[in-house]
Amino acid sequence: MKLRPAQILTFVALCLISAAWLLPLGWMVSVSLKPAQEVSNAALLPHKPTLDSYRRLVLPPSRSVVDATGRPVEPTPFYFPLLARNTLIVLLLSVGGVVLASSAAAYGFARIRFPGRDLLFAICLATMMIPFPVLMIPQYLLFKQLGWIGTTAPLWAPAWFGSAFNVFLLRQFFAGIPVELEEAAMLDGCNRWSVFWRIMLPLARPAITVVALLHTLYVWNDLVGPLIFLTRPEKFTLALGLQFLQSRSGDTPWNELMAASTLIVLPVLILFLLAQQVFIRGIATSGLKG
Amino acid sequence: MSHDARHRKADRAALLSGLAWTAPWWLGFLLLMAGPLVATLYLSFCDYSLLEPPAFVGVENYVTLVRDENVHKVLWNTLIYAAISVPLMTALAVGLAILVNQPVRGQAFFRAAIFVPTIVPLVAAGIVWMWLLNPESGLVNETLKAIGINRPPLWLESPQWAMTTLIGVSLWFVGTPMVIYLAGLQEIPETLYEAARLDGASGWGRFWHVTLPGLSPVILFNVVVGLINAWQVFALPFVMWRTRPGPDRAAYFYTTYLFDNAFTYLKMGYASALAWVQLLIILTLTGLVFWLSRRSVHYVGR
Repeated sequence: MKLRPAQILTFVALCLISAAWLLPLGWMVSVSLKPAQEVSNAALLPHKPTLDSYRRLVLPPSRSVVDATGRPVEPTPFYFPLLARNTLIVLLLSVGGVVLASSAAAYGFARIRFPGRDLLFAICLATMMIPFPVLMIPQYLLFKQLGWIGTTAPLWAPAWFGSAFNVFLLRQFFAGIPVELEEAAMLDGCNRWSVFWRIMLPLARPAITVVALLHTLYVWNDLVGPLIFLTRPEKFTLALGLQFLQSRSGDTPWNELMAASTLIVLPVLILFLLAQQVFIRGIATSGLKG
Repeated sequence: MSHDARHRKADRAALLSGLAWTAPWWLGFLLLMAGPLVATLYLSFCDYSLLEPPAFVGVENYVTLVRDENVHKVLWNTLIYAAISVPLMTALAVGLAILVNQPVRGQAFFRAAIFVPTIVPLVAAGIVWMWLLNPESGLVNETLKAIGINRPPLWLESPQWAMTTLIGVSLWFVGTPMVIYLAGLQEIPETLYEAARLDGASGWGRFWHVTLPGLSPVILFNVVVGLINAWQVFALPFVMWRTRPGPDRAAYFYTTYLFDNAFTYLKMGYASALAWVQLLIILTLTGLVFWLSRRSVHYVGR
């Protein structure tokens, strides 16, 4: 057995690397549970764990809270329930839009043979290279014209035009579904729309799940969009709220920042654990298309 | 009706139906991409501060841009960041993909553990690393002190270390390319490895002559994507160096400068010129990578 030592070495190396990669997250949770006087202490685990930091972020800001000296404590700018609600609204409208619009366009590219189709599809693929900073100024001006600055609309409305990458992903999937299925349905009197709605969409569920998950992750993490389009704290998303909390230089204690970070990481972490295979397969396909 | 006319009518019906189905995409393309691209180009020849209508100034913005010392600085920083982080990330990702592809106990856990940081929102990641790297009680410097390094670097505060810090932190997100290379590895036919083994190739030889060529199309694609993303680096330095331009502008990048011009100084015309230059740079970079790698990637295709 010549392989044994190599295997043990691999195993040990992977243990160390995994530990190093997970440590920052463990540290984040640990600091979030530390009481104020322990924060500057580099100990790995909190001595007297407390949920105080979380309480401040989750309880309604209107409640008059006083600190140890009896002075009222200012409400936190990271009020989790409100920010989570804003983010969820953007998320639902955005994911719904991106799934519907991208799959309709993908179906057109996959199944309808029309003049100029290949050229149009090539343009669609090429647009993936265009960086957002090049588009953000006119988009800002457009949304300003519409009176949308300061509302969440600019964050979800563009999703209803689909996105090039998702159109591509779904087109590949539709193209792999046998045409006979559709032809049979059409003979039975189905029109294109009901073929799409009743046959193609249900069959494309695996691909749609990937699109929805990746887009969820994108919306949840996005900082640039909210930073440009949102102006009032009561409309902020979680990512922007966290950035805002952090940018009040020196005012926010670290345990509170870590608690807020934990709160923003936890939902996507749970989503990841539930749908690990879909995530990893989705990312892998997104990078293999070359 | 003649055969031809019927044909033309069918063509027109197909065209209408095709355009209708693909409408979401091409409407969005016209409204949110093609339109803005042209608008940015026009604005780049204007002086525009949102308060008054754009005033045409010719190539003034581009002249300013070429002479702007800040542009030199952010171009250099962004170039260095892309030139170092992309190769480093690629090497690490390929290495880790090969490691987590070995049949060892706990394989699924190792893959998940290295992948998990990639789903962490960049704002949260930036904050966590700021804490780990802080000079007073950060874990990194506490560890360095414990092993005898008495004056560990000020990772975020000192201009000499800022770039190293950012590149180091960016490697935490190696999970995305790793997973992609892992999928690429699994597509290399086992028979190639067996043939190499019969020819007496060592482990290193198999890596060099089978694994690497087999992965090369995937590597090319990911290097292109990595370069485009690195060139647009924004959120992580934006969070980790909250006062801009930061220590000696060491962590000030192209997109951050563009953002500041557009939305902090309201120089929309100048920012538009910066945006078009960025687009041209990205297109050139992409073209360059494809051109440079034509030979090495073709080698596999044969």
